[in-house]
Amino acid sequence: MVDLKTKNENEKLIIKSPSQVDREASPSIEKSTVFETKNFDLWYGDHHALKDINLSIKENEVSAIIGPSGCGKSTYIKALNRMVELVPSARTTGEIIYRGRNIFDASYEVEELRTRVGMVFQKPNPFPKSIYDNIAYGPRIHGIKNKKILDEIVEKSLRGAAIWDEVKDRLNQNAYGLSGGQQQRICIARCLAIEPDVILMDEPTSALDPISTLKVEELVQELKDNYSIVIVTHNMQQAARISDKTAFFLNGEVVEFDNTDKIFSTPTDQRTEDYISGRFG
Amino acid sequence: MASHGLEKGQSVQQLIAQSRNKKGKKIIEKSMPILLIITALISVFTTIGIVFTLIFETFEFFQRVSITDYIFGTEWMPFSGNEPTYGILPLVLGTLKVSVIAALVAVPLGIAAAIYLSEYASDKARRIIKPILEVLAGVPTIVYGFFALTFITPILQQLIPSLKIFNALSPGIVVGIMILPMVASLSEDAMSSVPNSIREGALALGATKLEVSLKVVLPAALSGIISSVVLAVSRAIGETMIVSLAGGATPRFDFNVTDSIQTMTAYIVQVSSGDAGYGTTIYYSIYAVGFTLFIFTLLMNLLAQYISKRFREEY
Repeated sequence: MVDLKTKNENEKLIIKSPSQVDREASPSIEKSTVFETKNFDLWYGDHHALKDINLSIKENEVSAIIGPSGCGKSTYIKALNRMVELVPSARTTGEIIYRGRNIFDASYEVEELRTRVGMVFQKPNPFPKSIYDNIAYGPRIHGIKNKKILDEIVEKSLRGAAIWDEVKDRLNQNAYGLSGGQQQRICIARCLAIEPDVILMDEPTSALDPISTLKVEELVQELKDNYSIVIVTHNMQQAARISDKTAFFLNGEVVEFDNTDKIFSTPTDQRTEDYISGRFG
Repeated sequence: MASHGLEKGQSVQQLIAQSRNKKGKKIIEKSMPILLIITALISVFTTIGIVFTLIFETFEFFQRVSITDYIFGTEWMPFSGNEPTYGILPLVLGTLKVSVIAALVAVPLGIAAAIYLSEYASDKARRIIKPILEVLAGVPTIVYGFFALTFITPILQQLIPSLKIFNALSPGIVVGIMILPMVASLSEDAMSSVPNSIREGALALGATKLEVSLKVVLPAALSGIISSVVLAVSRAIGETMIVSLAGGATPRFDFNVTDSIQTMTAYIVQVSSGDAGYGTTIYYSIYAVGFTLFIFTLLMNLLAQYISKRFREEY
């Protein structure tokens, strides 16, 4: 993986935010691995949905997952926080190592994993509660009751999701009164409120208009300074715009996983080229 | 139409035109709406008729008994030979005792059952349990009545020795069991209609199943749950057979639940099945009591409607 960090990657450093450069220039050049997926297979009943996946997701990067419908990309990120277990027929083999521990270990509590690995869904799904209660929900269930601390968390999270200015005067109104794009940013803020390590995004802009999409994309760029992000997207331009690494999934397999620049300029696999050039999918 | 297939040169459109021009069809088309309106009006007029009779006879009652004595009176002794008194409060209190006990039984159990059915039960368990619950709702109330009198009361007497044969506690518990399926079933409907995406949102934040059920699904379904409770309680208020059989016939102005009581409905049964002559004050009193009962259930129903509108969660 190291030798793949070619000139392209180094040039990109120049336009990155100062904090990013500082960290990348720090002694540990090699970014640490957040998720290491090893020989991972997943079945829904008889359907072999993911086949021998090997992927490694790095810290403070945006990793995009692209591929045609039904290729298993959503299934893969839902495996990363074990949401896939909500499907009763799902079963898995292989390992997904999160920060040194296999998340499928019997001793790994799923609530603990999901507290560290947040998720933003395809369709905005705020709770039918006030904006404030939406954001405070996560901290509250994890035992934070102090009103002052909650106030701080709510403001910080809403600012972090770039929606504070739009909603600061109506925190007590129902979140369903907001537009779709605003709702999605509320969901991102809700996720930020418990300060996770990783944020999984499952086609977060597919239900949004272009302007809202742009806002969410800009937000993803800002968030990667503090979070590792895995984003599934149907939109290849989006992957090209916002991600550092891209994985191309096809029929449940990883065809190619590399730096985004490389995938979109000189892919090694013919199928990747066919897909990104719009020949299918 | 004794035709054998299409005749030569005859098109389907011609056949349709022939049929369209038939007289009978036009008459039926015109007259059906009128018939349908009449059937709809029958139920409307019946309701109006009942309410009108109630009001009319109640008015007659209040010619003989002062309305303030009726509303604020604490003694209900219509059968007292020399000086009958008609103070409704003891009967209202009897009804309230039974309804409150019933609600205390049905609301927690019903909502707990709804949470189980909607959030925890497997499809298979739900398919078995829900119909059983609905059978419980179909048991005739007279059966519940002697169940209360001959089964629940003796058991309760073991626990509370001072409990009388006729009391408020036993029918209250049994009315609670009767309305439990209503609370459970309607609340389960309300909780099941909360979209899954919202549950997933909470699970993805690291919430446990119980936290999702109690802090997301339950509040989201609150309007449906509250209106199910209000509807069930209004059924408890109007319940007759159980309280007639197991509650007794002693109107009492106190908050004691171990003694014999009389509810509004039980009083009406007592008079209707007795030999109160037409035109007597006692005869008119059942209309006044019936009207009072009607006001109670009407208010409960309006409350249920208001609540389900007011607290409707949008999702």
